[in-house]
Amino acid sequence: MNWSNILTATLSAFFGVNAMYFALSAIGLNVQFGYAGLLNFGQAGFMACGAYAVGMTAHYYGISFWWGVPIAVVYAVIFGLIMGVPTLRLRADYLAIVTIALAECVRLIVRSVTFKKYFGGSDGINQFANSFVSKTPFNPSSKYSLYPFADSVNAVGSVLLLVSFAVCSVLLGHMLAQKWAKEERQGFQTKWIISAVAVMAFLMIASKQTEYDGLSFKSLVVGWILAAVIGGFIYMLMRSPWGRVIKGIREDEDAVRSLGKNVYSYKMQALILGGVIATFSGIMFSVSRGSVQPDNYSRDVTFYVLTALVLGGLAKVSGSIVGPMLFWAILSFVDAFLNELAKSWGGHVDIFGIPLITESSHIGVYVQVVIGLMLVFLMVFRPQGLFGNKKEMALDGH
Amino acid sequence: MATDEQTLSETARIARAALANVAPEPGVAKPDPIMTAEGVRRSFGGITAVDVERVEIQRGSITALIGPNGAGKTTFFNLMTAFDTPDTGKWWFDGKDLEGVQAHKTADMGMVRTFQLTKSLTKMSVIENMKLGATGQKGEKWWNGLLPFTWLAQEREIEARADALLARFKLDHMRNEYAGTLSGGQRKLLEMSRALMTNPKLVMLDEPMAGVNPALKQSLNQHIKGLRDEGMTVLFVEHDMDMVHDISDWVIVMAEGMIIAEGTPDQISSNPAVIDAYLGAHQGKSLLEDL
Repeated sequence: MNWSNILTATLSAFFGVNAMYFALSAIGLNVQFGYAGLLNFGQAGFMACGAYAVGMTAHYYGISFWWGVPIAVVYAVIFGLIMGVPTLRLRADYLAIVTIALAECVRLIVRSVTFKKYFGGSDGINQFANSFVSKTPFNPSSKYSLYPFADSVNAVGSVLLLVSFAVCSVLLGHMLAQKWAKEERQGFQTKWIISAVAVMAFLMIASKQTEYDGLSFKSLVVGWILAAVIGGFIYMLMRSPWGRVIKGIREDEDAVRSLGKNVYSYKMQALILGGVIATFSGIMFSVSRGSVQPDNYSRDVTFYVLTALVLGGLAKVSGSIVGPMLFWAILSFVDAFLNELAKSWGGHVDIFGIPLITESSHIGVYVQVVIGLMLVFLMVFRPQGLFGNKKEMALDGH
Repeated sequence: MATDEQTLSETARIARAALANVAPEPGVAKPDPIMTAEGVRRSFGGITAVDVERVEIQRGSITALIGPNGAGKTTFFNLMTAFDTPDTGKWWFDGKDLEGVQAHKTADMGMVRTFQLTKSLTKMSVIENMKLGATGQKGEKWWNGLLPFTWLAQEREIEARADALLARFKLDHMRNEYAGTLSGGQRKLLEMSRALMTNPKLVMLDEPMAGVNPALKQSLNQHIKGLRDEGMTVLFVEHDMDMVHDISDWVIVMAEGMIIAEGTPDQISSNPAVIDAYLGAHQGKSLLEDL
């Protein structure tokens, strides 16, 4: 057993590209589902809008890659309108059905042979992000770490990483201290400082184990900054009167309507806002790999994002960011652990004579099992997620 | 009633005087109606839930809408507030035609309703519930949401108004609690005070007393009378006849979707058609036969 490999895999995934693009998508889904109560099962469709908008710039439109960003927003708005116009006047379950169907429509259209000249068929579009990749200050073939004092990080990088770690520690520390202090406000500052120091220590120790290639590293820096900025915007929005209406609609839309709010319009705004955020997730994911593949935007993605969001806690910006990080860390841990286990046991794992793993491809199946178990245990022992509010959950049944 | 004369407030006296000369018959014209409905009909499949030929609600009065279960009172409320659309008919609020007006616009016009099954927004605090009620908030535009300076001043104003209302309805001690932790009666109070945040002209209360204990009923009565004292018009659905008799200036009786009687509380309590409708002395017969 090589525990150092397992640790590196786990912690790299904790801050990794998958966690980053899931976090962006989860922030969007949180606006729709966590705050507004819209059961959107088509988040992958919005992500595909972003991915294909940037992918098509060079491939079909023949314009600069950067035009992909505004085009992606336009795609997401159009997709949101198509989704919302027929369903938002109806009950929540209709939205769920239509969204899942529409997202599949998007995937099937972009992978179809008929539209190959626009979307590249099932091969997708490759090497469109050259202007993003080539501008990278990082060498694609060397390894980079998020640890501020690593050899691969220069002075500016160290300062940036340290500052962002400090900001994360202060914010997360404040939240943890609130959980810790509960009702009593006494000694809150001490608890805040202790929590912040603990978070900082964790980030420093954890980041030391991370390792990324140059392109991933650049995508990570851009993606996480984007996630932080968008997360901050959503946090502010949800504390504004706009957010109050949105949360009210989640609770009871008739009550909100009776108080003179145009519920339909607000639901549409939430759906589109969440979709536009998810579109950035699609952009970042496709850019980080330099390619767009239709099957990266299948239903599974939507449900994994949903799982990660619920893991973090609904209706909490922090939950929508940390949830995906933990989700991928757990998956990578299980994957790496089973790999190491199989390796150290000579390629196959038997328990009580039952051959559980005989080939490395079996491991993926067990990872799926773990996702399922994780959800079950989460629902039983912590239905509010990691950052969710237990009190709020208890009020659910009135 | 002679004994009540001394305890009646000024506004109650004015309201009752205005209605004193109105004939107690269904669909009668009032001197100063705030709401009028004409030929409003709504059927669900083969069942006609509401079939109101004409009804007027007197401005500045407390009007009770009574009737046995299934009489169409709540459906009538839904139709008037655009939560449901009638098959035919026209209705006006404050002189404005409401046909085709969306539900949320009626609140802006000054018409607010509550629900039979109380709709408190359980996972929001009491004060957030209240603040949601204020109309015309600048911060409810998403682009303003990110710019607190555009709405903070208004927010403070709204919060002060909400706090004053909470104090009046004796909910101020629950200000920062989740609405879901309130008792049934407190939720009724919250819903009513939240409705008042819209600064309405007409308050439509759907069974404000359902599930409320007798002590709280008394204070709710006072609150409803207080609304009239502030110049609002109240239309409420109720089953508790004592309460109807106590606070209403005018009573409208519905049965089988139709208005079968109107009049002052005293006139209504001696009306044989109303007694029949409630007690079913002539079961199986149409309620209109006796009129």
